[in-house]
Amino acid sequence: MSVTTVERVPQGGAPVSVEANYLTAEHTVASWLLTKDHKRIALLFFASITFFFFVGGFAATLMRLNLATPEGLLQPAVYNRMFTMHGVIMVWFFLIPSIPATFGNFFIPMMIGARDLAFPRVNLASWYVFNLSGLVVLYALVLGGADTGWTFYTPLSTVYANGYVFAAAMAIFINGFSSIMTALNFVVTIHRMRAPGMTWMRLPLFVWAIYAVSVVMLTATPVLAMDTFLLAVERFIGIGLFDPTHGGDPLLWQHMFWFYSHPAVYIMILPAMGVVSEIIPCYARRPIFGYAGMTIALMSIAILSFFVWAHHMFVAGISIYSGVFFSLTTFFVAVPSAIKVFNWTVSLHKGRIVFDAAMLYALGFVLLFTLGGVTGLMLATLAVDVDVHGTYFVIAHFHYIMVGATVSAFFAALHYWWPKMTGRMFPEGWARFAAILTYVGFNLTFFPQFILGYLGMPRRSYTYPAEWQSWNLLSSAGASILAIAYLLPLLYLGWSLIWGRKAGANPWGATGLEWTTASPPPQHNFARTPVVALGPYSYNPEDGSYITQEGTVHAG
Amino acid sequence: MYHWLPFWPDTAAVNALPVNNLFIAELCLSGLIMLTVIGMMVTFCVRYRRESDVSRANLVEKTWHFEVAWTAATLGMFLILFVWGAAIYIWLYQAPAGDEEVYVVGKRWMWKIEHPGGQREIDALHVPVGKTIRLAMASEDVIHSFFVPAFRIKHDVVPGTLETLWFKADKTGTYFLACTQYCGLQHATMQGKVIVMSAPDYARWLTEQGVHESLAQQGEELFRAHGCSGCHDPNSTVHAPSLVGLYGTMVHLQDGSVRLADEAYIHDCIFNPRSFTVAGYPPIMPDFSGQIDEGDLLKLVAYIKSLSNPEGTGR
Repeated sequence: MSVTTVERVPQGGAPVSVEANYLTAEHTVASWLLTKDHKRIALLFFASITFFFFVGGFAATLMRLNLATPEGLLQPAVYNRMFTMHGVIMVWFFLIPSIPATFGNFFIPMMIGARDLAFPRVNLASWYVFNLSGLVVLYALVLGGADTGWTFYTPLSTVYANGYVFAAAMAIFINGFSSIMTALNFVVTIHRMRAPGMTWMRLPLFVWAIYAVSVVMLTATPVLAMDTFLLAVERFIGIGLFDPTHGGDPLLWQHMFWFYSHPAVYIMILPAMGVVSEIIPCYARRPIFGYAGMTIALMSIAILSFFVWAHHMFVAGISIYSGVFFSLTTFFVAVPSAIKVFNWTVSLHKGRIVFDAAMLYALGFVLLFTLGGVTGLMLATLAVDVDVHGTYFVIAHFHYIMVGATVSAFFAALHYWWPKMTGRMFPEGWARFAAILTYVGFNLTFFPQFILGYLGMPRRSYTYPAEWQSWNLLSSAGASILAIAYLLPLLYLGWSLIWGRKAGANPWGATGLEWTTASPPPQHNFARTPVVALGPYSYNPEDGSYITQEGTVHAG
Repeated sequence: MYHWLPFWPDTAAVNALPVNNLFIAELCLSGLIMLTVIGMMVTFCVRYRRESDVSRANLVEKTWHFEVAWTAATLGMFLILFVWGAAIYIWLYQAPAGDEEVYVVGKRWMWKIEHPGGQREIDALHVPVGKTIRLAMASEDVIHSFFVPAFRIKHDVVPGTLETLWFKADKTGTYFLACTQYCGLQHATMQGKVIVMSAPDYARWLTEQGVHESLAQQGEELFRAHGCSGCHDPNSTVHAPSLVGLYGTMVHLQDGSVRLADEAYIHDCIFNPRSFTVAGYPPIMPDFSGQIDEGDLLKLVAYIKSLSNPEGTGR
């Protein structure tokens, strides 16, 4: 980069901290397992979710292998267990905690100028609860197996399914408390622990996004706890809430489940939006377009996400007037998303754009999110949903949002903040290659599924009519490219830990407070609580200069 | 054998046309949006790459005019799509009285079809071309979903309720029928065919099935066997509502609500009578859920419907 790396010049002549960094401060195993440092807990979460990402990915690989031919490879029972495992693990054990529990945990305190989260012990407890739920889910899905799909529709899940449904429901029940604890911590921290001068309208958009998502998590996740509890009770003693033969209503489950699980979709995408809003201005070297509009859009998405749940039920036999209502609210929630896409794109205008790996991932995010978004509009249109509901069209749509967009943003964040977290630079060429490979592999995997969906291929099917093989084969081929693209960073990032060039405090020339302290950061983040002088993203594309949030001017 | 890269499903019903048109319109719109975003992104990325020397003066950080205009334009466009989609949905999901009525039972993992004439088939549905077909659908076990891609119609079949759906095929041929709601182990094989035939072929097919009793007649036998006639017969001494001429009328219930006596209502009354006590009658009807399966229930529905036909006992 042409931007010179400038070590932080402490203001007011304060002595430079000689404190050891958070990685080297203590060395024992206990110092990790009992740590109250948000940065170490972030790394613990990072290890846990990376493990689950590859478990879920393994299930997906088996599924795509099976679908390469209509004859298949797996027993039907195994295939059904694989898609249940893939869904449950990817949703609750990777996507929901992914960005908040790792990058949120690590950078929320640093970006607002705090020394830690408000409740460090709760933060640590949240990791233990997460792992406990992880053990239960591995017991349920790997050792036992459940074949209900991640949505657990009744009465299939309560009366007919044979697998370890009870254990899987309990794993999700426990997992919810980890989400709630993390979210509570973020809300309190962002409200109470901002550094002097860090007003709400000076918060980086990543902090806004995590704030929005924490509010959604806090309000929606308790409903999930009720859902899974009732499901377990129904399955165990058959109280008949969801069973029509006992006077129950199967659709009640769907209402309750989607009342959580639709907001959960936004739990997965909002943090990704926050990440991209940090990265695009940094690499385009200009302020984000429409900061205020972006915060309003984030909060309106968070609120509107609670009023769209029945759009999963347009063909389920709800009243047609409910269908009309929920279609309208779904179109409303698409408006702020459209504003964000527009603002990200315009944020490139008159920039001085650098195409580093993090930026490539972020640009990929915008394109994949837009395609996921426009196909979401099709699904929000009632008559079109009647046709494509329950087909691969839906699969393709939500993978564009949840994998294309969110996982790209996760990798963008990983590359953007890696030097800060580890103090090492990674090989940029490899990283750019992985970013491009992800984009190509992703589109090759999931675009054919839109076509399969419109042709009518039902989801959750281990086999299909032979005339659809070409598209399925193409999709499986894409999946193998995607698998390589996801494994590559493991190699070169791992390599960089030992052989990577040492990173300065601010290798990308970014403006956030997290870049004003050493890489890796000292144990207590800042030697002195920073005083914030201005909003984020003070980049000047004319001469390449920038001003960090505490007011230090750096030449281009 | 397979076709190399099929792109578009058959369009073989009156229902399918407006859905298809709407889908094409949305495809064009999506293409336009994608092209705009990609076009802007590529242009900016090339023009404002780091190495380029073009002027960056007069940078725009925000313009409320622009943002409000863009938001209003998107909202307006979305509202058009909403109204268009909702209008077709209401039309698709309000089943008119059909030229033909067919009863469908979803059962793991097959579609059981019963025609009013008593003809039965499994995983196949024979229908005449150019006629409005009204489906009454029930499930024996879990939630299934009845889906014919070539007709662009789909509706979940939820246990404990009865759903109606309609279509009018306009091209003869054989079309794919699937279950699109995951229903357990062999969900992927819960598939079948819809065979659309010309009127003479269909008439021939019906007679070739060698059936002696219509669905309504079978229903009448069940009506006596389960003791329904003991109370609901016009000559009965028990104070129970008469079922003659019931179908299609509005019924006033004890709780003050008014229900249309359609297939779903008759279904619900038999399986859950206490929730549907008719105004002015004592709540004495026993609950038949668990005693009658969905297939037999549909026969009873067919019989009760036939009591409203001018001929008296159906076809």
